[in-house]
Amino acid sequence: MLEIKNLRAAIDGKEILKGINLSIKKGEVHAIMGPNGSGKSTLAQVLAGREEYEVLEGEVLFNGKNLLDMAPEDRAREGVFLAFQYPIEIPGVSNVNLLKTALNEIRKYRGEEQLDSMDFLNMIKSKMSLVEMPNDLLQRSVNEGFSGGEKKRNEIFQMAVLNPLLGILDETDSGLDIDALRIVASGVNKLRSADNSFIVVTHYQRLLDYIVPDFVHVLFNGQIIRSGDKTLAYELEEKGYDWVKEHFAEFAGKQG
Amino acid sequence: MDKNKDIKELLNRGFTSLESRLNGGAKTELHEYRKKALNKFNELRFPTVKDEEWKYTNIQPVISKYFKPAADATATAGAGDVEKFFINRNDFIHLVFVNGKFSEELSSGWKDTKGFKVSSLKSAIKNHPDIVSKYIGRNAAIEDNIFTALSSAFIEEGTFIYVEKNTAVEKPVHIFYVTNSNEEIMNAPRNLFIAGANSQIKIIESYESLSAGAYFTNVVSEIFLEEGARIEHIKIQDEALSAFHISRTEVSQDKSSNYLSYNVDFGGSIVRNNLHTRFNESGAENDLRGLYLTSGEQLIDNHTRIDHAMPHCQSHELYKGVLNDNSRAVFNGKVMVYKDAQKTNAIQENKNLLLSENALVNTKPQLEIFADDVKCTHGATVGQLNKDSLFYLKSRGFSQETALRVLIFAFANDVVHAIDIVEIRDYLEKKIAEKLATEL
Ligand SMILES: Nc1ncnc2c1ncn2[C@@H]1O[C@H](COP(=O)(O)OP(=O)(O)OP(=O)(O)O)[C@@H](O)[C@H]1O
Ligand SMILES: [Mg+2]
Repeated sequence: MLEIKNLRAAIDGKEILKGINLSIKKGEVHAIMGPNGSGKSTLAQVLAGREEYEVLEGEVLFNGKNLLDMAPEDRAREGVFLAFQYPIEIPGVSNVNLLKTALNEIRKYRGEEQLDSMDFLNMIKSKMSLVEMPNDLLQRSVNEGFSGGEKKRNEIFQMAVLNPLLGILDETDSGLDIDALRIVASGVNKLRSADNSFIVVTHYQRLLDYIVPDFVHVLFNGQIIRSGDKTLAYELEEKGYDWVKEHFAEFAGKQG
Repeated sequence: MDKNKDIKELLNRGFTSLESRLNGGAKTELHEYRKKALNKFNELRFPTVKDEEWKYTNIQPVISKYFKPAADATATAGAGDVEKFFINRNDFIHLVFVNGKFSEELSSGWKDTKGFKVSSLKSAIKNHPDIVSKYIGRNAAIEDNIFTALSSAFIEEGTFIYVEKNTAVEKPVHIFYVTNSNEEIMNAPRNLFIAGANSQIKIIESYESLSAGAYFTNVVSEIFLEEGARIEHIKIQDEALSAFHISRTEVSQDKSSNYLSYNVDFGGSIVRNNLHTRFNESGAENDLRGLYLTSGEQLIDNHTRIDHAMPHCQSHELYKGVLNDNSRAVFNGKVMVYKDAQKTNAIQENKNLLLSENALVNTKPQLEIFADDVKCTHGATVGQLNKDSLFYLKSRGFSQETALRVLIFAFANDVVHAIDIVEIRDYLEKKIAEKLATEL
């Protein structure tokens, strides 16, 4: 599904991603962990097409297509979804309007018919129950005045509606209370299928107890310095990043 | 000497023609006022960009035309032409003016009822001369404003609304000033809205055109809110893009009254709106909201002034603009807080979106505070759309174009979305979307 090869990217002339290699197959969940400032959000934003980042080198194939050549909207229409670490507030645009417009733009791109209002509302309702979205958030302006946790839940709700092939969750767990975390995680689990994949960026093992990953990667200073299965997350939790730095930074140095 | 001598001569001739129409009306108190105003008009000079208040708005293109009073225009308009402007035919009271003349045929529901008088000003001058004389010129002084002097010299038509105390008028009054002329004519509607103690009324003024003439609308509105009165006033300016529009709205507010104003500008070549409210007594409130959408070569200038002359009053002002092409906008908002106006609460904001590199806005929010126990804020922004919002929408599949349209619409719609007359709100939302889609 996703093939990232030696991806290097910079912002304002500063190189942040220093050669990322990552391969994700259909149906897989990959967790990315790593210290603050290591480049996790940068990777997520570059994949989603944020124009401020300059890709210096490398290639990203999404179902065989060159992702980096696509406009952000086309990436979304091809099935990439980014749940933002810091969701944006958009006064005057209601959640429900955003979703309706988004869905119809995506459908148009795929040559599908526009959704009729009844079908749309029914679908919205079922997705709302999936993440237990309070009703009133639907009519409110996108994220405006939402609490931190509501914003995160709203991102996953949007993802549920748009039903992407690749969902990138950038620290969706931070800001969620314990119950909300469980609800949102179980929502994500219900969305998992043999056809879609997820990249889950997180600092905490706790989320990975709910959304069990097939692989865990450690991003450090713009490179993936260690990959493993879900037990790597426990190891990190126990030993901290210093341990990875000591043992694996050298390996990263060689690779770069 | 006076380089605008010609237009003055022309208008003086128009005045003679007005007098000949008046018959008995030429001997009234009101006519004495007209004559005084004409003298004032002849004395005063037209402002230039050297005058601080007109620094960014050059009106030479307006006054270099040879306007004749609209009463002398030849074209008219029929029901078929005008009805398309109606927003709610059945539930609103309609007063329709074509080229300055009141059209009884096109108007509806405007008969006086208990506690409520509504008519053309011409009828009011005949039927309620005492009320007209009592209020006219009281809020809009002719002394230092040549356009008001001009308006006052030609007081003839316009809308008269008088709501007696404790009367709530349920039906909104919708006034249409429709121009249909390829000639250079001057419309000078004069409005007098009086809301007695604890009365309520909703008034909508629409300026529409059926032709692309370089005509000139010079409107003066005087609005009085007595104790506890409430007025919702929506002014929709959609003149021809070749037309000139200068308006002055003077509002006086007595104790605990509430004035809600929406000022929406779509059309016009050169537009200048002066809105001035004054708190005469304590405990009053107003909410002034404005929106201007400009494109092409349009220039829209909004000057507002709020006089917090008394304590415990609140004003909340929000003006927003979306500018494209070579268009220009001016916002000048003065909030004056007098020495005795303690516990004043004043918020003023002006926000502008520039969609083109050649669009320009001159914004000057001004707060002058002479009291010490007040809460006042003001601010102005001029900018482009927020990049984060654009990216967020695109990451959800929105095309660049759709994302822009949605964000600009949301920005503009913010001003009008709280209008409680649903048909008007829907109409404005549609109109905003249309203007954004076609011209912006
Ligand atoms: N405009 C910029 N100019 C220079 N450096 C920047 C700019 N924007 C981001 N950075 C830097 O890029 C680095 C990577 O940031 P990124 O947001 O990807 O980190 P992260 O791994 O997501 O961290 P966190 O865990 O705190 O979310 C940081 O050091 C950050 O300061
Ligand atoms: Mg981050």
